[in-house]
Amino acid sequence: MSIVKNVACPVCGTLCDDLEITVDGNRVIGTKNTCAVSEAKLLNFSDPGHRNLKPLIRRDGEMVEVSWDEAIKRSAQILAEAHYPILYGWSCTNCEAIRMGIALAEEIGGVIDNTSTVCHGPSILSIQDVGIPTCTLGQIRHRADLIVYWASDPYSAHPRHVERYTAFSDGRFQHSEWESYVARLRGVLGKKRLSRASELTLMKDIPLPAVTGEKLPPSFRTGKRKLIVVDVRKTRSAEHADLFLQVEPNKDFELLQALRLLVKDEELEVNEIAGLPVHLLEEVADALIGCSFGAFFFGVGLTMSSGKTRNIDAAIALTQDLNYRTKFVIMPMRGHFNVAGANVVSTWQTGYPFAVDFSEGYPRYNPGETSVVDILSRGESDAGLIVASDPVSNFPREAARNLIKQPLIAIDPVASPTTVMADVVLPSTFVGIETEGTAYRMDRVPLPMKKLVEPPETCLSDEEILRRILKEVRHLKEVRGET
Amino acid sequence: MKVTLLTGRTIDQGTAKEHGKLSTAYFENVAVCEIDPDDMKTLQVKENSTVRVTTEHGKVNVRGRTSKRGPHPGIIYMPYGIWTNIIVDPQTHGTGMPSFKGIKAQIESAPTENVLTLQELLENLFGRD
Repeated sequence: MSIVKNVACPVCGTLCDDLEITVDGNRVIGTKNTCAVSEAKLLNFSDPGHRNLKPLIRRDGEMVEVSWDEAIKRSAQILAEAHYPILYGWSCTNCEAIRMGIALAEEIGGVIDNTSTVCHGPSILSIQDVGIPTCTLGQIRHRADLIVYWASDPYSAHPRHVERYTAFSDGRFQHSEWESYVARLRGVLGKKRLSRASELTLMKDIPLPAVTGEKLPPSFRTGKRKLIVVDVRKTRSAEHADLFLQVEPNKDFELLQALRLLVKDEELEVNEIAGLPVHLLEEVADALIGCSFGAFFFGVGLTMSSGKTRNIDAAIALTQDLNYRTKFVIMPMRGHFNVAGANVVSTWQTGYPFAVDFSEGYPRYNPGETSVVDILSRGESDAGLIVASDPVSNFPREAARNLIKQPLIAIDPVASPTTVMADVVLPSTFVGIETEGTAYRMDRVPLPMKKLVEPPETCLSDEEILRRILKEVRHLKEVRGET
Repeated sequence: MKVTLLTGRTIDQGTAKEHGKLSTAYFENVAVCEIDPDDMKTLQVKENSTVRVTTEHGKVNVRGRTSKRGPHPGIIYMPYGIWTNIIVDPQTHGTGMPSFKGIKAQIESAPTENVLTLQELLENLFGRD
């Protein structure tokens, strides 16, 4: 039995690198410093109930086991014969595999897109439009005295983000507000108990406090670190916050623009914006201006709702406006552990971060046209290669339907609706558990992913599988005299 | 009842995913819809009974649950997953991103109907399981 320290977590974009994993033989038997999702992954990854262990090919409607050589040849044949194949996924593998995938996309004249297309793709478009004032998470941990999570629920999607980098982290100049939160929680629980007791004994409701308060809480009059959550419902993260602002669905753009006006000392000639009283927003604008170092973190609540890219434009513009008055930064809450790496590798190899089309022989980028959901919705592609992703689950119905109409290759360590529907399944290893490599944290800091255990003998790394497919594609093209 | 559909992550969906998407845990934590407590009463939905969610892009049966994140009247919340994504708005408005949040929807109680498992749904939608 051994304990591996400083392990980077292969789950979300926070990429916590302080995990301590207990390994016995070739099994993970214990974890420390993990969140619930990370622990579930590390303790269950090798469960044979959902693990892909053998290469499979669909024959007469049935999936049958084949040799690696046969599975690679079939995959290469599908891709070499296709006129407009798509290569999608990439956010749950390492940068080395992504680099190999881009070489393959170029060789076969396909479209390579990563999961940011249905995550923070609109954020990237916005950053290209208006720039982004940002920094690393370490700066925020040590210096930020006002944190805003907008349309993001780190408790559910990035469970250790608050603890490691923001309100509950102990930095050099700012300190954890964990104890204040516990005291506040006790107060809320007391009120809930009182309300319930009143219901039972007096048959009379004592109303609980409104979800969104009418004014800033007393903590905003202290020099301590403050946390604001803006969301369409009171998430668990909102319960951690000093102030929660419940915005009406699809009204984030209005609220952001209203705050921009207030930050510029303009007056709003209405009483309410996006369901929130203007006098409260005036106090919020004062709090934003009054901090020493503020940090916005925004989630896909902004990119997936009405306005999409324009919501991010407004959020970045608000950050830029605030920088005339104080210091403020902004950062997208990236989802999968290496989705930022997928953008970084794609940018350094092709010039573009996602939705890159090689069909003309050179990289072209035009999201809306060259992004996979649009290509699939229009039914334009004729083959698919999916790496470490599950678009059959994650894409809208018509896009998923068109994806499985065409020959589909899935490279994945685990079974998913996509591997169930695929024509070729290539069992890969888990990056960060069975294979090492590089991944990029949400602030684009690269971190090494460790190998903790030996992979099953029948599984290969994503990089090795892609290398073999690329070699076979080149061989097929040589035979046909296409090179 | 007319509602606004939001989809997103939940911690239960995140952990259940790591037990495998074909697992019972995943089905139980993802094929669900969180409904405002007052809307549950209006719709006469019992905890964990079937509700039908319909958008202009499709309809799906899931289990209705009282939202612990309420009050949010007129808003329903479904975790990311295939049950949700077959009814979201595929329109990307030139960004590559479909509209997964803030979708107009209709919800009604359907206590006598089943919630399809993932395998049944794949068979139903795409003709394979």
